[in-house]
Amino acid sequence: MLLKSLSELNGTSGAENLVRNFLRQTIEPFVDIINTDKMGNLIGIKNDSLSGPKVMLSAHMDELALMIIDITGEGFLKFRPVGGIDAQILVSKPVQINNSYMGVIGAKAIHLQKHTEGQNPLSCDQLYIDIGAKSKEDASSKVKLGDYAYFTTVFEPFGDGLYKGKALEGRVGCAILAELLQNDYDFPLIAGFTVQEKVGLRGAKVAAHHLAPDFAIVLEAIVADDMSDCAEEGWITELGKGPVCSFMDRSTLYSSKLIQWVTGVARQNGIPLQFPRGSGSGNDAGSIHISKVGIPTISLSVPCRYIHSFASVISEKDYQACYDLVNALLKELPNIFEGSSINFAKEDKF
Amino acid sequence: MDMDFRILEQLTQIFGPSGSEEQVAEFISAQIRPYCDEVTNDTLGNLIAVRHGTGKKIMVAAHMDEIGLMITHIDKEGFLRFTPLGGVRTSNLVGQRVKFNRGRMGTIGVEKIAKPSDFKLDKLFIDIGAVSQNEAEQIVRLGETAVFVGDFVEVGSRIMAKALDDRIGCFVVIEALKRSKSTNELVFAFTAQEELGTRGAKTAAYALEPDLAIAVDVTATGDTPKAHSMSVKLGSGVGIKVFDRSLITPPQIKRWMAAVAAERNIPFQWEVLEYGGTDSGAIHLSRGGVPSGVISIPTRYVHSPAEMVDSRDVQAAVDLLVSLLEHPLE
Repeated sequence: MLLKSLSELNGTSGAENLVRNFLRQTIEPFVDIINTDKMGNLIGIKNDSLSGPKVMLSAHMDELALMIIDITGEGFLKFRPVGGIDAQILVSKPVQINNSYMGVIGAKAIHLQKHTEGQNPLSCDQLYIDIGAKSKEDASSKVKLGDYAYFTTVFEPFGDGLYKGKALEGRVGCAILAELLQNDYDFPLIAGFTVQEKVGLRGAKVAAHHLAPDFAIVLEAIVADDMSDCAEEGWITELGKGPVCSFMDRSTLYSSKLIQWVTGVARQNGIPLQFPRGSGSGNDAGSIHISKVGIPTISLSVPCRYIHSFASVISEKDYQACYDLVNALLKELPNIFEGSSINFAKEDKF
Repeated sequence: MDMDFRILEQLTQIFGPSGSEEQVAEFISAQIRPYCDEVTNDTLGNLIAVRHGTGKKIMVAAHMDEIGLMITHIDKEGFLRFTPLGGVRTSNLVGQRVKFNRGRMGTIGVEKIAKPSDFKLDKLFIDIGAVSQNEAEQIVRLGETAVFVGDFVEVGSRIMAKALDDRIGCFVVIEALKRSKSTNELVFAFTAQEELGTRGAKTAAYALEPDLAIAVDVTATGDTPKAHSMSVKLGSGVGIKVFDRSLITPPQIKRWMAAVAAERNIPFQWEVLEYGGTDSGAIHLSRGGVPSGVISIPTRYVHSPAEMVDSRDVQAAVDLLVSLLEHPLE
């Protein structure tokens, strides 16, 4: 299964090569042009010679990881997160470094803690990775400063049609995008598998500039909070209720006309659709929509519990519905274009 | 020539939060069309007007969008939860009236809170008078936006209204555009989504490739009781920006603006703003860089339903912009 392979590959910001190599092999049979740009974005182009709107689908390859920043005198590794991570989830987790060394994130055991220590969550400064090294020299022979430690979660199904795994936030989009490329569309379709989203939407900025699409769809997973103790209005999204069409996040205010178009296409095709109750986070759309003279952009996401953690959870139904929706939108897309611009009737004032 | 403040009144009362600037664009378009060679809209929603000339290409930017609120949830009783659109101050919100595009009004209420530190945005809701979720959903949609209600009122030489940030800038540009006899190539960008991070200005500047740019926007003042220290005062002239979070004005731009103001006896004051930014922040970094400055209109109570400007400062801003367009920096 594509998503399983993608989830289990290791590739954080600036070190996406394993993911990129896998995706390159996966999509090569289905695209006319394939290349890696100077930032490391993997670009696949279908139907390059056709006329019609140039459409970019974008998903980011990078995942959260920990960067090794120091090796202590005793051979323990100090680290800093790459991307936003809650230090509370780190203690006692196994990690893998350089795809070869296992390690454990350690901290002082509860018996040894002073009375007050247990009351505050541990910060990254208090944590370290134990790779079983005997000394600083021993550790230094295996790990260099700047190397990355990754979570080791196995991707697997559980419960009623759910999956758990790591790196789902970006790789869900990568998987949907790679699957969509196997279909035929009658306009130029660009697949942009981007780098460095987690450190500031950097890969997408460059990709959008040199690809200059007429329309872009950003695919990823979005936070679902339907299980925590907050009231319904704080849930953001819910698992099993279909893909999520964003109105606004920290980096983009999406066109209300495009959202209405998405809503209409979903309804016509009987695909469930939900809207996020909140506007946190941001994604590659933030870089893409203000590229050059501006690019109409929408963002479609699969709801995901425990996002930015060792083990995130998505629903197979939502994944499939997100795929179906993007496919339906791509089939409809030529109808809203006049030349290379979108032309909506003006009657509806949102 | 006297300014027609009825145009400003209409400008401030049009619905135009970030992302929904169409009606502001339509109004401005009708005002300026007779004075321009081309008027177009772009992808982000910017209104671009061009007046051809032979000299330098000067870009003038003022943003059309105002801050607002976006609906994120409609509950079973018909109350609406929301998220801010731009720099909304949570402490200003309770008791405010808001208005949706299709005219529905509402007021902002707050849950019972135990102590003042619990007062957070997620405790607030909008009541639009609906008695059920179903009724509310007939009136507003998820993702729909609302703006403050804030009438246009003249108080002495001063004016207060909602959305003077930055319809006052739009007004100054419209007035200058009508009067200008400049023979330079002039491109006017009435921009979208400034309040969300100068997004419209970024794409407009990329498309227009100007030689020089001037943004016209509001700035804060330090002349109210126990205000944060700032030397800008209402009624003391147009502001020439030196610094804000998005721009440090190049010396030659400051000298040019001040020299033109002094020569024409236009009252001006230097403006150093310790927070915020304007469209010039995005424009000056476009492509290989664009020398850019800002004409600022001193404004009290920015981002409230009763922002306040002084009409003499507005006059000075129009006079300065007209003069700058006729005497561009060499």
